[in-house]
Formats: sequence, C-alpha cells, structure tokens
Amino acid sequence: MPLKGRIVVNEKYCKGCELCVSSCPQEVLALANDRITAKGYHPASLVADGCTGCGICSVICPDAAITVYREKAGVSRIPA
Amino acid sequence: MSRELMKGNEAVAEAAVRAGVVSYFGYPITPQTELLEYMSRRMPELGRAFVQAESELGAINMVYGAACTGHRTMTSSSSPGVSLMLEGVSYIAGTELPMVLVNVMRGGPGLGNIAPAQSDYNQMVHGGGHGDYRCIVLAPCSVQESIDLTVLAFDLADKYRSIVVLLTDGSIGQMMEACELPPMQPLKTKFADWAVQGAEGRERRFLTSINLDPAAQEEMNYRLLKRWVEVEANEVRYQEYFMEDAEYVVTGFGSSARIALSAVRAARAEGIKVGLIRPITLSPFPKQVYANLSDKVKGMLVVEMNAGQMLEDVMAANRYRIPTEFFARLGGVVPFPDEVLEEIHRMVETPIPTDSHPRDRWFARVMAKG
Amino acid sequence: MVLDNCELETTVFERPDTLTGANTHYCPGCTHGIANRLIAEVIDEMGMREKTIGVASVGCSVFIYNYLNMDFVQAPHGRAPAMATGVKRVLPDRMVFTYQGDGDLASIGMTEIVHAAARGENITVFFLNNTNYGMTGGQMAPTTMPGQKTTSSQNGRDVETQGYPIRVSEMFSKLDGASYIVRRSLHDPKNIRMAKKAIRMAFETQVRGLGFSMVELLSICPTNWGMTPKTSIQWLEERMIPYYPLGDYKVHPALAEIKL
Repeated sequence: MPLKGRIVVNEKYCKGCELCVSSCPQEVLALANDRITAKGYHPASLVADGCTGCGICSVICPDAAITVYREKAGVSRIPA
Repeated sequence: MSRELMKGNEAVAEAAVRAGVVSYFGYPITPQTELLEYMSRRMPELGRAFVQAESELGAINMVYGAACTGHRTMTSSSSPGVSLMLEGVSYIAGTELPMVLVNVMRGGPGLGNIAPAQSDYNQMVHGGGHGDYRCIVLAPCSVQESIDLTVLAFDLADKYRSIVVLLTDGSIGQMMEACELPPMQPLKTKFADWAVQGAEGRERRFLTSINLDPAAQEEMNYRLLKRWVEVEANEVRYQEYFMEDAEYVVTGFGSSARIALSAVRAARAEGIKVGLIRPITLSPFPKQVYANLSDKVKGMLVVEMNAGQMLEDVMAANRYRIPTEFFARLGGVVPFPDEVLEEIHRMVETPIPTDSHPRDRWFARVMAKG
Repeated sequence: MVLDNCELETTVFERPDTLTGANTHYCPGCTHGIANRLIAEVIDEMGMREKTIGVASVGCSVFIYNYLNMDFVQAPHGRAPAMATGVKRVLPDRMVFTYQGDGDLASIGMTEIVHAAARGENITVFFLNNTNYGMTGGQMAPTTMPGQKTTSSQNGRDVETQGYPIRVSEMFSKLDGASYIVRRSLHDPKNIRMAKKAIRMAFETQVRGLGFSMVELLSICPTNWGMTPKTSIQWLEERMIPYYPLGDYKVHPALAEIKL
C-alpha cells in the first residue's frame, strides 16, 4: 500500500508562487483558481489523491505555509 | 590616592577602564593614538574586549553592537576619524543607546594636520550625523578634568541613554600633568530593560533606528527631545573665574579657555576687572550664564581655536546684548596668552562696535596684518 | 475528524518555533523566505533560540528581525559584521549571526566583512546572493554577472565599463581567519537540504569557537529578474551556478569530525 499523506496550506502565508506545484513529485498540487487569499493570491491546494506526505512542497515553500502529515504505517485508515 | 604624572590620552583611557568600560573599539589616528595603544594593553589584561578595527566606520559600528548589549562601551578618534564615525553616531542616537566617544581634535578641514584645534565644535555640538539628535558634549581643559569628565561621561550616557562626547584636543591629549585617578568601579551587573543579550526566559527584544511610520518616528523624536529637556535642566556645567566684580568677561572652552585664563590673570595683575567663563558642557550649553551677564558686563571677548563656532552660541545666549569681540587662531595654531591679553586691552580701551559681527572685525584685523 | 490525529499521523513538516507568525514582505517565490526558515529550523534543532542574537542588515534582508523570534539588532548598510563583532566580543557565550544580501555584504560592506573574516571573528554570516539590489528595485550589484540586465545595467553588465562581479566565497577562502566558507543554493529541495546542513555546520563552527563561518546562498529574485518563480529557478541553475559554483571553499579540519 503506498504511503498516504496530506497537506494543510496556511492561506495566511501562501503567496501562490507555485514552487510547490512544480516541485510535487506526485503532481497533486495546483493553485486554487476559484478563490483568493486575504492578500489576493490564489493559494496552493491539494487537488488530487496521491499525496505521500513526502514533504518536498514544504521544503521548497518560501513562506513556510505548508504543514505536511503522513499516515503512520500499520494504522488502518478511519473513514471520514 | 597618590598623584601621578600622566599623558592626557592615557589618563582618559585609564579613567574609562576604572569607570567600568567593558569594550573598546578604535582605529589609530594622531593625536589620539596613545588612547588606543593604552587600551590594547590594558583591556585584555582585565579580560575586557579590545578590537583595533579596520576603520573608524568599523570601530563605531562595533561600539554600536556592544552598546546594544547594555554594557559600557567607547571609542576614540580625532577629527577626520570622527567624520567617518558620524554614520554610526547617528544610528546610535537613533537607537537611543549609551556610548562614550572621545574626540581629540586636530586642525582641519580635510586631512588638515595633527596640531591641536577646536574646529569640531559645530560637528559635535550641532549634529554632525544626519537626523535630529543631540549629544552631550564635555570639554575638559586639563588632564585631571579629562579624567573626571570621562567618569562622568559614562554615568551620563547610562542615565540618559545618550551619546556623550569628550571633546579634547591635541594639546590636552598629549600633555603630561600630575593627576589623580578614580578608584576602580565594579562592572555593571544590572541592565536596562532594552539590553539585547539573548531572549532567555523573556520576550524577544530588538534594537533598531528604523521607524517606517512617520508618526512613530515623530514619537521617537519627541522622546529624544523630552530627554534633552531633562539634560538641559540638570546637566549644565561651567566654571567661573574672577567673576565677582568683573566688568569684562573672556570666554572659551578647553585649551583656549586655559590659555585665556593666563591672559585674564595677567590683566587682573594690571588691575583690569576681567573674569573668565568656561563652559564645561558645550552641550547642553550654559545659556543662562551668558543671559544673566547681559546687564552686568560692558564687554565680552570670545576666544576659540576655530573661526567662531561657539561665538554664535554665546551671542545667541545673551541675545546679542553684550558688546562682543572675537579672537581665534586657526588650523592647529595655538594662541599665546599675550595675544589674548592684547585683545583684552583692545576690548577695555576702545569702544566695541555693535553694528558689525565680531568675527568680521577680527578677520579684517587678521587680513590687515597681512 | 474528531479523532486524535497524532495516533494516526506523523507531522512531516510544520513551521519551526523560531519563526514568528508574521507574514513576510518577500515577493512570491523569493527564496529569502526559505533561508529564514532554514535558520529558524537549525536554531530550533540546536535549542539555541534564547542564546542567539541576530544582526539584520539593509536591503530585503532588513526585516528578518520581524520573522525570527529572538533578540535582534539592526545594522547600518554594510556594517552588520562590525556590529556583530561588538555584540560577540561583549557576549562571547552567545551565538551571533548576520544576515546580509550581496549589495550589503559585497559592495558597501566589503571592508567590514573581509576584516571580520580576517580577524577570525567568531560569528556566522548568511550571505544571500541574488545578483542584484532587490529592495531598491533591481539595480546592478557586485554579484551581477557579465551581460546580466538590471535597472542600472540596462543593456547588460558591460565589464569594460562596469567591471566584473566578485565571487565572495572564493575570495574569502584565501583568508586564514575564515574557518567555514561554503556556497549552497536554494533552488530545489535537494540543494535546500544541503543548505540547511551548511547552516548547521556554520553555527557549529561558532559554537566550537573555531572562528569565522559564512554560508553563501544563491537565491532567486523573480520580481526584479522579471521572471516567474519557476523560470527564475531555471535561470539560477543554468546561469548562476556555472558562474558561482556550489561547494565547500574552506572547511576547518576540526569540522570534518562533525557528522550531521
């Protein structure tokens, strides 16, 4: 079973620079063109399944806007 | 305490050590260098910081950093070096930090020479660096007074979060006189609530001179002014000589006051009722003393080793009411007491014009002599 | 989800404690933000936040004091190494660092930085090289490359009249007082991780009393370069790195034993 992860983008900090989008190995990030942040940017967001919680987006993010979580191995997924 | 024979610059250095200076940063320049040399030996001996900086610009910014820690710090230089330091002086003023700067003045402008002069009066008293700030400026006229005012300088710096300038010159810095040094003070252990020493168990602090919001900058400027009002109310210092029955007065600071005093003594011996006023704090300037003289004396002679920089302050202080004459030597030439005595005679014997500027009359005389 | 996530998930990344909650003034994509974060992460990992004093400089670096939660002082343009010297000499048990851009460090402040390095001043310097004056709108800097267009070299830097750029790390590697001089880049995750290690190593140099340490960080300036962040990164890789090769320029032998 592939690793599962998720990210939370803090829209207070995200400036929509897209560096996370172009760095994501799973290509599951995109700018949310349907909304803007208080500063007027389209924020980055997870747009597809497949995040592995690798953390690369948080490494490249210049604004420390992304928190990354990864499911612990062996823990069964609780349905939302 | 026993008296010892010390050179002015070294006496200032040892006085600073005894006043508890924790760091010294400087750059060699004549006629100040003995101070730096003394510190290079003395500070490490006591486990305190000494750095010979790459330039005066480096030195003043090292002082800036050291001052941010709340510990006592100082630098010293001479006229051209002080010019280079003025950037840092303005920043230190803008950050409201205490520090002591010793300026052992020499002839100028430019590279000038290494002889004693007083031509940095305006630079030290009326600004120098950019922005609206004041320094406390102390002007000793002997080695002993250099020592005493050095100790006072550190206390005033801490008390008012202010820059205090000890303004001496090549003659006071280089002369040797018998003097008494103060006892060694313990180093500071309590620090102000602004001192940056690492945010251990407290909220972080940061020290800066930046105020992007003009309203905040105005607040800061008000704060500086408020502090200055206190300084003016409490810290004016001057000395009077033979003033009880004086009909004429001579005034000057530092070396020129010392030379003028010899001339005043000689005039007194001739029976001329002349006294001397010597400002010790050039900033705050003892305005009231001059204002009070307005109805008491018939004339005043201002003696300086510059082209009348303090002259303007003296005249403004007495609201241009006292008929005034001016005498100066420039460029590192030190006046003789006889020259000053001659000027005292002129003041007493001929009516003092009030329709022209004393500097213009003095300069016309100089030019007429050829 | 009301369940306690801790039992199900590990946090791979979150903002380091030493970063304040402030939103930075950096433009979108500017890697200054990455440098700030890496410094914060390393200081957190070393547990040194309360014992560190930062010296901010002038330029885009100026507001770092708003972003790192620690004691800070603010230096005049170029004078941060002198100010850091003053702080460090009085408080030798504190970790003191400067954060300077290329205009501040390699132009107006070249004297102060060279002499701090030559003295072996026990401070750490983070040097952001983005080949232009960012804060004032992208003028030519001492690091602007031959032919590079800036607002004050509009036809491209002409070395005949405007001279050559300065390779700071190479130059400092020749100074006996310098103990740790490396150049890293902030353009991709791998290089960012290497930059973080270098930041740690530079601080370790200071903590061990080994003398002057500097990490040069190649950085992008999308706004003034007139590119998107993504194309800026390509430009950095293709143009800057060949001119400013990454690597260790000087490493004190005692540092070789440190394994990070």
